[in-house]
Amino acid sequence: MTRSHRLPYGGRVDRSAPLRFTFDGVEYTGLRGDTLASALLANGVLDVAPSLYGRRPRGIATAGVEEPNALVQVDGPCSEPMRLATTVELYEGLAATGLCGLGRLDPTPDETVHDKMHIHTDVLVVGAGPAGLGAALTAGRSGARVVLVDDQPEPGGSLLAGRESIDGRPALDWVADARTELATQTDTRILTRSTAIGYHDHNYLLVAEHRTDHLGPHPVPGISRRRLWHIRARRVVLATGAHERPMVFAGNDLPGVMSAAAVRAYVNRYAVLPGRRAVVLTTNDHAYATALDLVAAGAQVAALVDTRPKPPADLVDRARGAGIEVVTGSAVVGTRCGTAVPPGDGGARIAAVRIAALDAEDAISGPIREVACDLLAVSGGWSPAVHLWSQSQGTTRYEDEQAAFVPAQAAQDVVSAGSARGVLDLAGCLGDGFAAGAAAAALAGFPAAAAPPPPCSGDRPPARPRPVWIVPGETGGPADWHDHYVDLQRDATVADVQRAIRAGMRSVEHIKRYTTIGTAHDQGKASGVSATGVIARLLGARSPGDVGTTTYRGPYVPTSFALLAGRERGALFDPVRTTSVQPWHVDHGAVFENVGQWKRPRYYPRPGESMAAAVERECRAAREGVAVMDAGTLGKIDVIGPDAGEFLNRVYTNAFAKLAVGSARYGVMCRADGMVLDDGVTLRLADDHFITTTTTGNAAAVLDWLEEWLQTEWPELRVRLTSVTEQWATVAVVGPRSRGVVAALAPDLDVSNDAFPFMTARRTRLASGVEARICRISFSGELAFEINVASWYGLATWESVIRAGEPLDITPYGTETMHVLRAEKGYPIIGQDTDGTVTPQDLGMEWIVSQRKQFIGRRSFRRADTARGDRRQLVGLLPVDPAVLLPEGAQLVADAEVSPPAKALGHVTSSYRSAALGRTFALALVTGGRNRLGETVYAPLPGGVIAATITDAVLYDPKGTRRDG
Amino acid sequence: MTADTLRRSPLGHLADVLAAHSTGGERGVRLREVPFLAQLDLQLHPHGPAAQRIATALGTPLPTAPNTVTAGGPDDLQVLWLGPQEWLVLGPDGSAPTTAGLLRAALADEPGSVVDVGANRTTLELAGPAARHVLEKGCALDLHPRVFGPGRCAQTLLGKVNVILHQVDAEPAYRLLVRGSFTQYLTDWLLDAMEEYRHPPLPA
Amino acid sequence: MLLIACPWCGERDELEFHYGGQAHVAHPADPEALSDGEWAEYLFVRDNPKGPFAERWSHAAGCRRWFSVVRHTVTHRILAVQSNHPTAADGTKPVTA
Repeated sequence: MTRSHRLPYGGRVDRSAPLRFTFDGVEYTGLRGDTLASALLANGVLDVAPSLYGRRPRGIATAGVEEPNALVQVDGPCSEPMRLATTVELYEGLAATGLCGLGRLDPTPDETVHDKMHIHTDVLVVGAGPAGLGAALTAGRSGARVVLVDDQPEPGGSLLAGRESIDGRPALDWVADARTELATQTDTRILTRSTAIGYHDHNYLLVAEHRTDHLGPHPVPGISRRRLWHIRARRVVLATGAHERPMVFAGNDLPGVMSAAAVRAYVNRYAVLPGRRAVVLTTNDHAYATALDLVAAGAQVAALVDTRPKPPADLVDRARGAGIEVVTGSAVVGTRCGTAVPPGDGGARIAAVRIAALDAEDAISGPIREVACDLLAVSGGWSPAVHLWSQSQGTTRYEDEQAAFVPAQAAQDVVSAGSARGVLDLAGCLGDGFAAGAAAAALAGFPAAAAPPPPCSGDRPPARPRPVWIVPGETGGPADWHDHYVDLQRDATVADVQRAIRAGMRSVEHIKRYTTIGTAHDQGKASGVSATGVIARLLGARSPGDVGTTTYRGPYVPTSFALLAGRERGALFDPVRTTSVQPWHVDHGAVFENVGQWKRPRYYPRPGESMAAAVERECRAAREGVAVMDAGTLGKIDVIGPDAGEFLNRVYTNAFAKLAVGSARYGVMCRADGMVLDDGVTLRLADDHFITTTTTGNAAAVLDWLEEWLQTEWPELRVRLTSVTEQWATVAVVGPRSRGVVAALAPDLDVSNDAFPFMTARRTRLASGVEARICRISFSGELAFEINVASWYGLATWESVIRAGEPLDITPYGTETMHVLRAEKGYPIIGQDTDGTVTPQDLGMEWIVSQRKQFIGRRSFRRADTARGDRRQLVGLLPVDPAVLLPEGAQLVADAEVSPPAKALGHVTSSYRSAALGRTFALALVTGGRNRLGETVYAPLPGGVIAATITDAVLYDPKGTRRDG
Repeated sequence: MTADTLRRSPLGHLADVLAAHSTGGERGVRLREVPFLAQLDLQLHPHGPAAQRIATALGTPLPTAPNTVTAGGPDDLQVLWLGPQEWLVLGPDGSAPTTAGLLRAALADEPGSVVDVGANRTTLELAGPAARHVLEKGCALDLHPRVFGPGRCAQTLLGKVNVILHQVDAEPAYRLLVRGSFTQYLTDWLLDAMEEYRHPPLPA
Repeated sequence: MLLIACPWCGERDELEFHYGGQAHVAHPADPEALSDGEWAEYLFVRDNPKGPFAERWSHAAGCRRWFSVVRHTVTHRILAVQSNHPTAADGTKPVTA
């Protein structure tokens, strides 16, 4: 395959670096510096894939992120869909497939690394075209920290695509000098291949950097493939440039209809001639440069059609001087499709355009003539890229003079500069950028001397454009114009917009949703303002400004979830918390479960043992012998100060002020609405020192809650809170034979029931020499001791418990057994048996609600809703078939046979098999449950209905005879 | 038996791994654990008479400027500002009982608290020319030398984990105080973030 | 991602803070003296203005101090930050936005 459309000289491609690639399975060769699109065009390939709905042939239409057609899937270890051929840099071996509007996610795990980086800057400049470079230069000279972000491999922006001069030299020489100067500024950072995708509150911007994509699809050791920069900026300069708009006319979607600016970029930057015989259609001055550059590159320009009756005379003279026929006051009103010229250049593409004069009302006003061509370069005007501006909540207004929506009122500390705010001449952009950079730096605290921008000869602000929002069809009316495409990706036409209006829609937001215009991968970059213009015309609005635009939302370009996730996947997805005993658990085959962020041993299976068998064995050990559990995950808070007792009195429903030193008490705390927030045991270590425990997953929230009341409601209380969750390792030794184990561990301690009664604590030195605090606390109903040591000694203490218990066959147990044991006793787990709608009374814990003192939530127990008798109450459930296990979460109804809608009586909150009871059982919240003891309820489930009898929640040792051993 | 032979720091078993992942050179970064530092959480009113007594007892004033550190005294203590009425007093291994005694005596009857939190957190030291960039992968604080330098500390988030970050010198070297339960995860996170600097930089 | 100026620690990302709802809704001094309706008003009824809104935040991942912020609910601009900490008034000067 020859590089049939590659120019013999020029461009920013490396002719010494040919790169082989395949597209749709066909092999081609391009050059380093090409995009996939430019390389395809160099090989004469124009059409990439047919359109999504109409299956019409579609060609490369632009040279950048606004590309509506050239969607590709790029191969690799994990292929990536929805890339734009115009933004994929060519590399050796690239393989891509054209996509017809939709990609498919590759199910292969993506093993490449994506990461993120947080940085702060005084001035963030988005876009490294003339305005952005100017802004970065002046801001950087002030000493401010500057970050300059640009999506291309090199700075320059539009200058890369042109042939302009700055300061009497080629503009790209000026760019190179600017780049050199920026590199010498110690606090300036240039991020190339980086697209600002989101502009969030308080000048927080996300920038997606493609770090290795241009090197190929394989991981580069140590280098993340893509990086998401989180940038917090004092000031932002948006020099994001402008997008050239397409025009809406019959047959405007044929391959070979291309943005005039893109044609210029292909010719000058990539040294590719997208067509040999071109027609240029324009509403403004800019496309004249395209026409002249095409001629200079050896192409024929058959006609330059300008909608304006009187374009600037100097432009017309220059075009005519180059041998171009300039047709004024006219437009292309239709196209004719042919096969490619020369033969072999691919599929269908434009063969001719039909040109007609338009009157002042945009109606066809003269004869139509056909001009043969293989390329139509179109400039429908320029739309400043206000996407980030709009994301920042800045407003826009329509400027008739420029026929564009331009930034109006800023909502954050941001300015637009250059063509991003409608300044379209080079001198203007440079001046605007230099001024914006200096101003931004000054506002960030770095006053800068305003340097004058370098002069640009031969440049002037463009003359007024003449937008023609709908070029009329040769026959019929808007309702008939089914090939006047407004949105190429959605195959949406003027006829579709007319249908939406006839259906009664007026708002651009409604029409967008009805027609789907602007909802495809480019989110209306190309079509958005054109659609507004079309709607304005069809509604008879005075100006597109009366219609407005739809909302611009991030991300600015399609962004992979892999990049958004960064390293937060797999093992690093979320923090994993472990106790100091974790190595032992791992070594001894524990099966873990997640409890909040904690990894807790769920059970310790012996080889070949099922979970049910292991849990039954562990339960039996705790009920009949001795067992040990790692309880170090409980939250622990030191509560210190003369008012500590009063403070706890106010936050717990029961009283703590008079708790004896050395004693412990179980407490429940409620929110102000009376619902249970947390529970736990609090121990008084001294008159002014308590240590309170929280449920495992709730420690941080409870500390926040306590601080909130202390700081905002009761600042007079002299109380200090310190989180000590990880200071202490806690080993629970449980079971009727636990006393002997603790006696062996703590030889100095009298462990008899009289000397060391239930709910008290003792300090002692263990046989190992480790200082410990031992508490008699039970969450199983059995005799139990909790040994607390500094967590440095957690593992050693656990191991010494195991050794001391060996003669008694001490059995480690996990959370599953802990749950069975506590549920047999009817002890609720806050967050499992409660859900934020449950009062202590609902749990059957009236005894813990003091009648004699004020506490948070007390008043709520007199509210009609909390006082009513038919609240859901915690009860036990015994399945009628003792072998059947109710699933947790199962809804309960009153009758065995129900038909929807059935009124639920409640739901199962906990459900286990009990070795001690010899059967299954459950806890449930049931409406008026405690008045239903003995009644049968039913859980209708996909596999059949399970019947269960309501019982008291305490099923094991209801008299509490076992806690003292 | 002496209890200290039974003592384990959260990363004691990983010292070799940390060393193996550390690199030198102009984009090097090193990670190690500084185990068993004495740590005392101190809370009191900063302008009461006890604050002055404590400054005298410690040999260094309590820092009152937010997010700063003072250091000094015969015991080589460092005092990190944690809040308007809260500090973390750091000292060498084994110094906690003595320092706690000094603090409690100086506090006397004034409301406040002294809590031994030595085993609550361990200390990681991240140092080297790339150390700041490693942190920037997961910490939203502005760590530029203009803003955050030696003698600064902050309680913040690093890779979703609460840490106390303390810059100890301009190399830069940082200390990260992290709660024991998060230590393994945070270490895995740091080693992953450091991986980049074991390889050549991205070619320009 | 809001940037919230903790009165003590200065500007930090929103992630470090917990939201505490409308500010200046004091817990009634004597809840028992309130009617059900008044108590329900305290529990459940809050303002929801379009515009400046005084709300509480806690610097949960930092100094753990609660403070008040006036935030514009449309633009998210933070118009004022106020510490209610007792030491804020007597020498240790809080940072303000």
